[in-house]
Amino acid sequence: MLSEPSTSRPFDVHGKPGERTSAPAATGRRDAVDPALCRQWLRDMLMIREFENRCMQQYQDKKIGGFCHIYIGQEAIAVGCTAAVRPNDPIVTAYRDHGHALARGMAARHCMAEMFGKIGGCAKGKGGSMHMFDREHHLYGGHGIVGAQIPLGVGLAFACKYMDEVIDGQPNSRVALAFLGDGALNQGAIHEAMNLAGLLDIPCVIICENNGYSMGTSIHRGTTMGHDIISKAIGYGIDGYVVDGMDVLSVYHDMSAIVEKCRRESRPAFVDMRCYRFKGHSMSDPRKYRTPEEENQYASDDPIGRLKLHLEERGELTEAVLKEMQKEIRDEVREAIAWSEASPEPPMSELYHDVFVEPHGPFNGTSLPQMLQGKDLR
Amino acid sequence: MSTVTVIDPTMTATREIEFRDALREAMSQEMRRDPRVFLLGEEVAQYNGAYKVSKGMLEEFGPRRIIDTPISESGFAGMAIGAAMMGLRPIVEFMSWSFSLVAADPILNNAPKMLYMSGGQFGCPIVFRGNDGAGGQLGSTHSWCVEGLYSNVPGLKMAIPSCPEDAKGLMTTAIRDDDPVFFLESERMLGMKGHVPEGDYLIPFGQAKVRREGTDCTLVSFGRPVNFCLDAAAELAKEGISCEVLDMRTIRPLDIDSIVRSVRKTNYCVVVDQSWSFGSPGSEVASQVHQHCFDDLDNFVHRVHSADVPTPYAFNLEQEYLPNARRICEAVRSCLYRA
Ligand SMILES: Cc1ncc(C[n+]2csc(CCOP(=O)(O)OP(=O)(O)O)c2C)c(N)n1
Ligand SMILES: [Mg+2]
Repeated sequence: MLSEPSTSRPFDVHGKPGERTSAPAATGRRDAVDPALCRQWLRDMLMIREFENRCMQQYQDKKIGGFCHIYIGQEAIAVGCTAAVRPNDPIVTAYRDHGHALARGMAARHCMAEMFGKIGGCAKGKGGSMHMFDREHHLYGGHGIVGAQIPLGVGLAFACKYMDEVIDGQPNSRVALAFLGDGALNQGAIHEAMNLAGLLDIPCVIICENNGYSMGTSIHRGTTMGHDIISKAIGYGIDGYVVDGMDVLSVYHDMSAIVEKCRRESRPAFVDMRCYRFKGHSMSDPRKYRTPEEENQYASDDPIGRLKLHLEERGELTEAVLKEMQKEIRDEVREAIAWSEASPEPPMSELYHDVFVEPHGPFNGTSLPQMLQGKDLR
Repeated sequence: MSTVTVIDPTMTATREIEFRDALREAMSQEMRRDPRVFLLGEEVAQYNGAYKVSKGMLEEFGPRRIIDTPISESGFAGMAIGAAMMGLRPIVEFMSWSFSLVAADPILNNAPKMLYMSGGQFGCPIVFRGNDGAGGQLGSTHSWCVEGLYSNVPGLKMAIPSCPEDAKGLMTTAIRDDDPVFFLESERMLGMKGHVPEGDYLIPFGQAKVRREGTDCTLVSFGRPVNFCLDAAAELAKEGISCEVLDMRTIRPLDIDSIVRSVRKTNYCVVVDQSWSFGSPGSEVASQVHQHCFDDLDNFVHRVHSADVPTPYAFNLEQEYLPNARRICEAVRSCLYRA
């Protein structure tokens, strides 16, 4: 049912030519999506790209501190996965999280202000680049410890099921998405979480954004069975799928099918989402561990380029529409930066705020960030 | 936060139950009143709990709410934290807190920090509970006092009952608390019997209790060693030394006001803490007493801890290792210049 990326080109960071995976056969379904929706995805992906490019500048200008991990190259995954689930299906991810936040619907200004360490940030400037949270859009972070978010994601799905069965007594059948990197496959926590999800029938889709590298360590240097990582999930009784993460149409079609199956059967799934990160691991990475030839080949696989081409081939994208889209996005991100600059630093009262719910001693209680005030959060 | 409860109005009743029954009563009552509460951990359901704390709970609440997990402390602690972020109220049983070390990342890096790093968006109403401290000759790896390690972390609360009544009252409060609570029990005390009030019974956090009134020296302790202090106080009374025994009940938050009030009366203070001395709750209490009672003290605060060695197996060595009554008596005599 699922698409499989080509293995016939000179560079393949995920598997050597000829190596087979345990994945089911591809559907090759790529069309039949409403062109307006496709254009929306193009816009969402361009938005993430522009946002990330401007993030890099802001980082160089020292407006952003700490660690900052750029999502460029992987935009089709956040956008396609978000499109394949319901708005109230909870999601959780690791530190490379700006794309997920934007795709889920967080305004660029709150995401940028968070990185600027300003009160207008999604976490009032107390989380930073690696900790994007958005309760309105059911984004449960943004987590910094490699692999640790996967038990949390399984817990989100567990809670959805528990609420259906114990509290509400009616099936809302929500499914959680939990994202991790290929390097995270080697963390014990994710294996414990997969075993639990398999054992307890937990409807969590574990999505490995397999960009072939864990910092400077290629998947083949760090991971056994690197060409066939779904075999790890299969070992826990979980269905595994390989999806072309450089193609938003494949991501959308394949994820829709996977998510609906999990919803129907209340079971977990694991996805080897094959992709490539175009930039360094974080802002301080000179990328000495990979060749320009390899990078160039993957650049020609750009998910944004592929979607543009698809729309153009269908006669659904004109130069004028694209130009207008790009202009709007540039303006929006520019506005987000200006807004973030103008947003005040967190007041000193924030230092002891949000430590405990109940005020006591020096701890002055908790409150929602600006972006959620007045929102219906159920 | 600062009232010392000396006389408890509920003490008129005399029903006596075991410490483990008191824990179970609190959990079961809370599960009846709030469907968001559930219990998970190793052997909690079908086996009735490795230490029978959850005996019969599977029968009453069923497998959706009393959940047996595999031996995956990191995995199930993390899973429970995810569920708590969505508003459920998990109780996570660690067979022993010693085994929580493999779950250090979720319990220390996620639960107590979630509210802060999400800017107030996601709290973590969860209780982690289990046996803490030396059991009966369990050796080095199974005898951890995690209060020394974990109380260092902001964003968590830590309750350590010393008797069945407090086990129930503190557990009920822990389950209703909106923040993560680390609840430390002792395998050595699970069979201890005592009066426990029926029905809803809550003991507020951050309120020490005077277990024995006295005039010559304040003994500050929490958890199982409170009982060692009471033994020591009885022994010292024979020598004409009157000890006031203060049971902290929670060390986060810490009721420093009650300690200060007592020390201003006795002018001497001995802290008894089962964890190792270096960077411990005991050293924190001593430091705060020195700060607040500098002019009231007639000697520096003395401390009795577990010996600064891995927990030994041999019976005699383990007894000597613990902050036992004999060592407490020696510390009090020394503090009062009567050694
Ligand atoms: C437990 C832990 N160890 C090490 C790190 C440092 N670290 C951060 S990201 C990373 C590489 C992870 O790679 P991968 O999972 O493939 O994700 P990607 O960065 O490719 O998105 C490392 C080693 C960490 N954050 N947490
Ligand atoms: Mg990677």
